[in-house]
Amino acid sequence: MADTGVLETLLQRVEKVDDGVDSLAVATSLGVDHQVIVGAVKSLQALGDVISAELRSSKHWELTEEGTEIAEQGSHESRVFSCIPQEGLAQSELMKLPFGKIGFSKAMSSKWIRVDKAHEGGPRIFRTVESIDDQVREKLLLVQKGHSTQLEEKEKNELKKRKLLSEVTVKSYWITKGNSFSTTITKQETELTPEMIASGNWKEKKFKPYNFEAMGVAPDCGHLHPLMKVRTQFRQIFLEMGFTEMPTNNFIESSFWNFDSLFQPQQHPARDQHDTFFLSDPAHAHEFPQDYLERVKKVHSEGGYGSQGYKYDWKIEEAQKNILRTHTTAVSARMLYKLAQQKFTPVKYFSIDRVFRNETLDATHLAEFHQIEGVVADYGLTLGDLMGVLHQFFTKLGLKKWVEVGNSGVFRPEMLLPMGLPEDVSVIAWGLSLERPTMIKYGINNIRELVGHKVNLQMVYDSPICRNPPTHF
Amino acid sequence: PWLRYCKADNMMHCIYSDEEFDELCFEFGLELDEITSEKEIISREQGDTKASGASDVILYKIDVPANRYDLLCLEGLVRGLQVFKNKLEVPRYKRVSPLSGEPQKLIITKETEAVRPHAVAAVLRNITFTQERYDSFIELQEKLHQNICRKRSLVAIGTHDLDTISGPFTYTAKRPGDISFKPLNQTKEYTATQLMSLYKTDSHLRHYLHIIEDKPLYPVIYDSNGVVLSMPPIINGDHSKISLKTKNVFIECTATDQTKAKTVLDMMVTMFSEYCAQPFTVEEAEVVYPDGKTCIYPELAYRKEKLSGKFINQKVGINESTEKIAHLLTRMCLLSQATGAGDEIEVEIPPTRSDIIHACDIMEDAAIAYGFNNITRTTPRTYTVANQFPLNKLTELLRQDLAAAGFTEALNFALCSQEDIAEKLGKKISEMRAVHISNPKTAEFQVARTTLLPGLLKTIAANRKMPLPLKLFEISDVVLKDETKDVGARNSRRFCAVYYNKSPGFEVIHGLLDRTMQLLEVKPARGEGYHIQTADDSTFFPGRCADIFVRGKNVGRLGVLHPDVINRFELTMPCSALEMDIEPFL
Repeated sequence: MADTGVLETLLQRVEKVDDGVDSLAVATSLGVDHQVIVGAVKSLQALGDVISAELRSSKHWELTEEGTEIAEQGSHESRVFSCIPQEGLAQSELMKLPFGKIGFSKAMSSKWIRVDKAHEGGPRIFRTVESIDDQVREKLLLVQKGHSTQLEEKEKNELKKRKLLSEVTVKSYWITKGNSFSTTITKQETELTPEMIASGNWKEKKFKPYNFEAMGVAPDCGHLHPLMKVRTQFRQIFLEMGFTEMPTNNFIESSFWNFDSLFQPQQHPARDQHDTFFLSDPAHAHEFPQDYLERVKKVHSEGGYGSQGYKYDWKIEEAQKNILRTHTTAVSARMLYKLAQQKFTPVKYFSIDRVFRNETLDATHLAEFHQIEGVVADYGLTLGDLMGVLHQFFTKLGLKKWVEVGNSGVFRPEMLLPMGLPEDVSVIAWGLSLERPTMIKYGINNIRELVGHKVNLQMVYDSPICRNPPTHF
Repeated sequence: PWLRYCKADNMMHCIYSDEEFDELCFEFGLELDEITSEKEIISREQGDTKASGASDVILYKIDVPANRYDLLCLEGLVRGLQVFKNKLEVPRYKRVSPLSGEPQKLIITKETEAVRPHAVAAVLRNITFTQERYDSFIELQEKLHQNICRKRSLVAIGTHDLDTISGPFTYTAKRPGDISFKPLNQTKEYTATQLMSLYKTDSHLRHYLHIIEDKPLYPVIYDSNGVVLSMPPIINGDHSKISLKTKNVFIECTATDQTKAKTVLDMMVTMFSEYCAQPFTVEEAEVVYPDGKTCIYPELAYRKEKLSGKFINQKVGINESTEKIAHLLTRMCLLSQATGAGDEIEVEIPPTRSDIIHACDIMEDAAIAYGFNNITRTTPRTYTVANQFPLNKLTELLRQDLAAAGFTEALNFALCSQEDIAEKLGKKISEMRAVHISNPKTAEFQVARTTLLPGLLKTIAANRKMPLPLKLFEISDVVLKDETKDVGARNSRRFCAVYYNKSPGFEVIHGLLDRTMQLLEVKPARGEGYHIQTADDSTFFPGRCADIFVRGKNVGRLGVLHPDVINRFELTMPCSALEMDIEPFL
């Protein structure tokens, strides 16, 4: 709040006139900085309709830095004149002065001084007139005092050319009386207090208006991680579609369940050291369902179940190798095997959990990520069913171009029949990463900003809720 | 893989526009990734200046399924597309005897047994190369080497100008010092030992050296005059190298996998026999095994499968006549016809389609030819009731309430360095029940975490500029060795929280424990409830650590972190932490 004295003085000025006053003119006449009056206008506006103020802009002449110096100390030529004594001054001495060069040529052209080039000891300067009239300084002083109107346009432009004057745009307020104009100011209350409520004196008080432009105070709270928020939504979608969650809390898997059971040959590139993390401790898995293992071995090496097989020497040593699972399909394989050991009933399964790849890392690839997987096992499922269920899933997600974010297919008979599933049962499945749609949703380009300890906590604090269908997938 | 297609090349009967070609690829079950040129690629990767002078022949980047070796070269793709568009009849690949005299012989000696025991061979007679055909021929070998040949470890291909050598050929294995020849594109002879050190620095060949490097005997193929054809899987001899002028090509494939060797040979000859004087014929070669048995190659085996129209209709979810399905399959180069016995279809699988090993592969081709977009989307009628995995359900519920308690969720990696879970926490790695990774590319992936604490402390270290206090939590799995499990390890679901501020705030972390127990309906009491009791742990400040007991069982620990631990994680403020197992609350 501006000083009450200034406020009241301003109000008195406004009261005296009919059509209003200019804030700049008030500042000049009071001899205060214009900003003080601008502050007073803002304070008065905050009090309600006491005054009305209209923003205006006008052009003014102002002294430049050099102009101000001249207004104080005189023009360069006058300073040259005044520093020359009766006996004259050596030209070399004069040129050493800061204003010497410019002042010399101006004073010469005004014929105030002369040069005696033949003087012994070098050229010497002498006055030619008794006194001078420093008009430049006088004109600048006029402008400085706010009387620039007394100068002619031509004179002002000349001074502008000499970079002594500049024309500036000044914003000022045109102040007139408001509907509830008064020359006295009532102090405003900032907040309602328990005492006011008890005494009822709030009725007589005036309250300072709130600034609705300002932000509120941030609530003190915890935040869920954005990737986990998207995960929650995917879980929700699967549950809404009747899918049961698989127990995927086993990061360590044997090559048997991760690859062999899925009919992935032992020389497959995905089983290479460059793609998969192998374990040195515990290096091997023991205990496999022995009958099933024999059937898997046979279908790889010899075929069967209508398949040619891969016709290679299948080795138990490869199957025993422990790894960090490369996909959650290893768990789907365990679940389907378990399902095959009972009387078959149709199932729909899903999981969202971590998988691991020993890949080269870049802005979108980490050594671990979350895989989303859906599986349906039933009699007589078709490719049309696969496409239909995918369509429903991605529609719920609000994602139209779903082909690009995931993989889908029908599990091969060489995988299902050795497990003991009935021959007319088909299993359709699809998978995608959780990180990719999350990065799209939250506009994150580098996966390290989303997952892992290098996360920016401010991003976590600021991330919105995840709805489906989302608004900007 | 990349396919090169030059518009000047007359191989395509009609020229497609880019859009038409994209559409055609999609219909054929392939994805056209990009249309570009060598010039464009170089300019994108290395800048315009490097690209000047590079070829601006159009390149189509097409995504080819990994097991479709028949689509790895332009010859195969164009042939497939032409058959698909009914512009060409499915060609029939024939093995023929040489017009005069005996077939070429490749004799395998028993020395190869310990290093690379299999070999097959064939001859492309009276072939006509052009620059494009020659480039494609070389490129297909390279693609097969990278792909089905598993970087030459399973199979290596050697191609030779037959007119520069004379059979019978001998495939044997010798001590590296006893093998000496002028290798491809070199000017003098080297011994095998010298070659291995010469190629140590070769950007291409050095990747294959390990396949034979530590073997006592190296594989080598000689002609009847002792000329070296090749030293598989490393390099061919310079003597028999093929050129644009070569008329007769001798192809040998040596292998550790017999099935794959046969497939690779079939692929080379089916793709390029098109350019022989008698198109699609391949001259046989005889392979003599150490035990005296002989075999004729290439196999070029055609296999017949019988399946029903009903099978295709049911699996795809369509309803087409038997004849229509047979026609669809024929367009995919699987010559098919209705046998007349009910809805039976007889399908012939050509030697180019080694990927078809089951009726379900035939079904997939029928679906491609029918057009995936023409299949009606249906909803499976599978009725099921959904269940959440109880551990995940508990986790979901707890996370919500922990955030409501003012703590922010972090998400850290399950893999980390040994140092993170041991030294930095003031522990010994041998005392951790950690699983160890044998092939980590960096120290960040040495072990699976056994505790969530290091991840949270690293998250704080990366966010030191954030206003204090920092209150973080994570509920996630750690991995512990467990001999009772089939794989010898199991996950354990943990809840970890840290409070980082100018004062340790033990009471804050303690309060979070109380709140968590309240959420889990466990009352503060010894015996049936929960209580904490002083503990000794090198991770924590002496006297500022307690064990958490729930119904008499130790489920975790909380306390003020030891200053050494704080320093090792590059933190500067006091910090208190809590970590507990949540599986006992199921």
